[in-house]
Amino acid sequence: MSGRGTGTVAPPARVRKPGQGAQTASPNGSGRESETSRVLATIGRPMRKIDGRAKGTGRARYTDDIRLPGMLHGKILRSPHPHARIVAIDTSRAEALEGVHGVVTGRDMPTTYGIIPWTPDEYPLCVDKVRYVGDGVAAVAAVDEDTANAALALIDVEYEELPAYLDPHEAIAADGPFIHEPRKKGRNGNITKTVELAFGDVDRGFEGSDLVVEGDYFFEGTTHTPIEPHCAIGLAEPDGKLTVWSATQVPHYLHRELARVLEIDPARVRVVQPPVGGAFGGKSEPFDLEFCVAKLSVITGRPVKILYTREEVFYSHRGRHPFHMRYRTGATRDGMLTAVDSRIVMDGGAYASFGLVTTYYSGQLLTAPYRMPAYRFHSTRAYTNKPACGPKRGHGSVQPRFAFEVQLDRIAEALDIDPIELRRRNFIGSDIRTVNDLRVTSNGFLECLEAVERASDWEHKFRRLPYGRGVGVAGSTYITGTNYPVYPNDMPQSGIQLQVDRSGRVAIFSGASEIGQGVDSMVTYIVAEELGAPLEHIRVLAGDTDFTPVDLGAYSSRVTFMLGNACIDAARRIKAMVQEAVAETWGTKPREVLLAGGLAVMAGDTGTSMPLREAFNLAEAKFGTLGATGSYNTPRDVHGSYRGATIGASPAYSFTAHVAEVEVDPETGFVTVEKIWIAHDCGRALNPVLVEGQMEGSAYMGFAEALMEEQIFKSADQGRAGLHNAPSLLDYRIPTSLDTPALESLIIESIDPEGPYGAKEAGEGPLHPSIPAIANAIHDAVGVRMNSLPFSPPRVWRAIQAAGDGGRG
Amino acid sequence: MEVVRLRVNGDERVCGVPTHYTLLETLRYGLGLTGSKQGCDKGDCGACTVIVDGRAVLSCITPVWEAEGREVRTVEGLATAAGLHPVQDEFDLNGAAQCGFCTPGILCSSVALLDRNPSPTRGEIRAALAGNLCRCTGYEKIYDAVEAAAERLGDR
Repeated sequence: MSGRGTGTVAPPARVRKPGQGAQTASPNGSGRESETSRVLATIGRPMRKIDGRAKGTGRARYTDDIRLPGMLHGKILRSPHPHARIVAIDTSRAEALEGVHGVVTGRDMPTTYGIIPWTPDEYPLCVDKVRYVGDGVAAVAAVDEDTANAALALIDVEYEELPAYLDPHEAIAADGPFIHEPRKKGRNGNITKTVELAFGDVDRGFEGSDLVVEGDYFFEGTTHTPIEPHCAIGLAEPDGKLTVWSATQVPHYLHRELARVLEIDPARVRVVQPPVGGAFGGKSEPFDLEFCVAKLSVITGRPVKILYTREEVFYSHRGRHPFHMRYRTGATRDGMLTAVDSRIVMDGGAYASFGLVTTYYSGQLLTAPYRMPAYRFHSTRAYTNKPACGPKRGHGSVQPRFAFEVQLDRIAEALDIDPIELRRRNFIGSDIRTVNDLRVTSNGFLECLEAVERASDWEHKFRRLPYGRGVGVAGSTYITGTNYPVYPNDMPQSGIQLQVDRSGRVAIFSGASEIGQGVDSMVTYIVAEELGAPLEHIRVLAGDTDFTPVDLGAYSSRVTFMLGNACIDAARRIKAMVQEAVAETWGTKPREVLLAGGLAVMAGDTGTSMPLREAFNLAEAKFGTLGATGSYNTPRDVHGSYRGATIGASPAYSFTAHVAEVEVDPETGFVTVEKIWIAHDCGRALNPVLVEGQMEGSAYMGFAEALMEEQIFKSADQGRAGLHNAPSLLDYRIPTSLDTPALESLIIESIDPEGPYGAKEAGEGPLHPSIPAIANAIHDAVGVRMNSLPFSPPRVWRAIQAAGDGGRG
Repeated sequence: MEVVRLRVNGDERVCGVPTHYTLLETLRYGLGLTGSKQGCDKGDCGACTVIVDGRAVLSCITPVWEAEGREVRTVEGLATAAGLHPVQDEFDLNGAAQCGFCTPGILCSSVALLDRNPSPTRGEIRAALAGNLCRCTGYEKIYDAVEAAAERLGDR
């Protein structure tokens, strides 16, 4: 299937110098009109974010900053058992407590939900069974937090404990009682999903290999830990309207699920998404608190707020799955890949979450940036009695990428080929189809490799640093948005609406979720570029389903590409009206009217211009109230037709390469990462400052997973099965400023043929290579292969000891 | 419920609060100053950092009574009518805030640092911010912003 061209040809990628604006000619996004000679005025330049000053002065209002008159405080009672039947719940003592206004249990909301429509397996509060320590069983609303906490202590729950499954292999091997009732009789209720796919002749590929490398890898689970805990407020009004404010990254999906589960007409439901204080995938599906505040507000007639404690954030989780992986990788003696085979067992926790997608992603997203003639993967996601895993930055593909890039390093070592050269030789190219039939268009991976090779002074460091110091390289790819929404429909993935006032002010109504990535700024830059309006004349009104068109949410790195294209679409409709109206006044052709710098200007050296406000007024006089909508939907011919082919499909792929430099203390096993060089092909950097921020934040998070973080739970012989080992920011150990290495961003621009101005994603891809680059650097430093995460001092020390000679070879 | 008197951002404030209230709870719930954030409620994350008598303090583990009679400065008190504090402005210019939730605390730690050490090294900046967790940026742009602000303050 590979090697099939798409007909479009992406130009060669270029490296951006720091602070350099995008001055060069380029094809514009979406192929709507040819603008190859166009100079961009706003796009590509370092600019302030539009919400930076509000956030920097404390004026930005996050969900927990909102206080409504008469607001009650809610709390959720959580299970102390990892797996138990609920025999009885008695809430009468809590209801009788002074100051308590409402109590709900699972029986008040007996409808299952789930972000993936095929696997709805959770209730807002448990009905018959609890499935992890922390599962919600009841919720109260009271006059204040103290009273709500006191009320929780008065709820009596009788449990009948069941055997708990904490290990995914044991869960798969068990024959009941299962964590979930099997959807079909005779099936294993401890399995969410198994995917097995093969492409090309894998067995022949291995037979024709000069070298086959095999390895077992373990990726410990990690969690997102946004600094803002989840928070939601419900307000049921007397006219039957329900409003929910929530720190969510998917207001549209939340809107749907609230209406369905609470049995309210969706047209009466409003979801407001205030600025979100970090998410990273941890707020990308409905959570119990959102249903509880809504139901409690319906019951009490008053607004109800629930704010998770930090401990609850750790238990709500939905973070990175622990993966047990076995890889076989074949190569010829000159380092060309011949076949890849993987077998993966994923520890999913108590609920499906996005797990069906995660299971596919664990295999589907590995097939670039290297050419694989044959590939097979077998992945199984098990349920266990722990908090549910879900999508964390680099959903489902960070774990396999770690294993695979270490495999590549082993091949390079065995064949005595420089690991950067090995990756270069296997480069898949641009405008191709991968072995699993994903369409890849622009691809700047070679430029990424070259950039990190040069910036890190690789040729003088690799295998040349003294014992204890080393460098390592890794590469990766990631989707720029998933090609299909989580529920099947043919409507646009992103919509936006613009409205122009007679004052010259342009309002952008955006349904996208600002979670810190800068989406509200991104649409502002685009409108400024297209209409020539000054940034300070543009307002963004966002995150409110009552007045914004649907955008599906801030997940899968989709927003810049999809909403950006929708925004260009809307802006160009307005631009066309303005050009036509002004052209009529000037007696020229519409295309002779340019909008830039707050002016409408006649092309050529005519000296004719008018303020943009006047131009807008002419357009309003001619066409009526000035506004436009824009939308974007994905192309449909970008994947194969086999079952599962749509999962992993994306309109564009980003590419990344990292070099990490480490120092390892062989006496203690302590690893210090000195620096990570990050080269990332984001297509085009719409604002290089924001792109660098995403690259550095990603590499930081990858570093954290490599060396420090693990979301682990106590076993039965540690006293309390299923209890989180360290549910606090101190004990879970996210990196402080003193832990974090120096990070250097190198932006690569391949100018994607379909991206807005050529842009692709930057928020998730640059996380992937950090982990294997550090693993490979540890090998260069002390000669040991780290196959289990995190690379903590005891693990590294033991590996060095096991090597016997201290790894000196 | 007892009455507490505080000097916050130059204003004398009087507020009735439960006796167990922290400085953070008093600022957020008593005085409506929601700029200081609660990320962990136990002194781990630094999002609640405010400046008390010139020192960066974790307001979520400071009983409000300990702030009585002292000068409390929060993120709301950094800018003046003349404009943003140079640290705030440089955070914006350098992309040092992404989600912005840790930002008020980091700004307070940075201002407290620059008030006592006007030209810190990058290492000193790192050390001064070690009590403020940022989950978005990887810290690089925060250091850049503090360095740029120090330069601007030095030029004044």
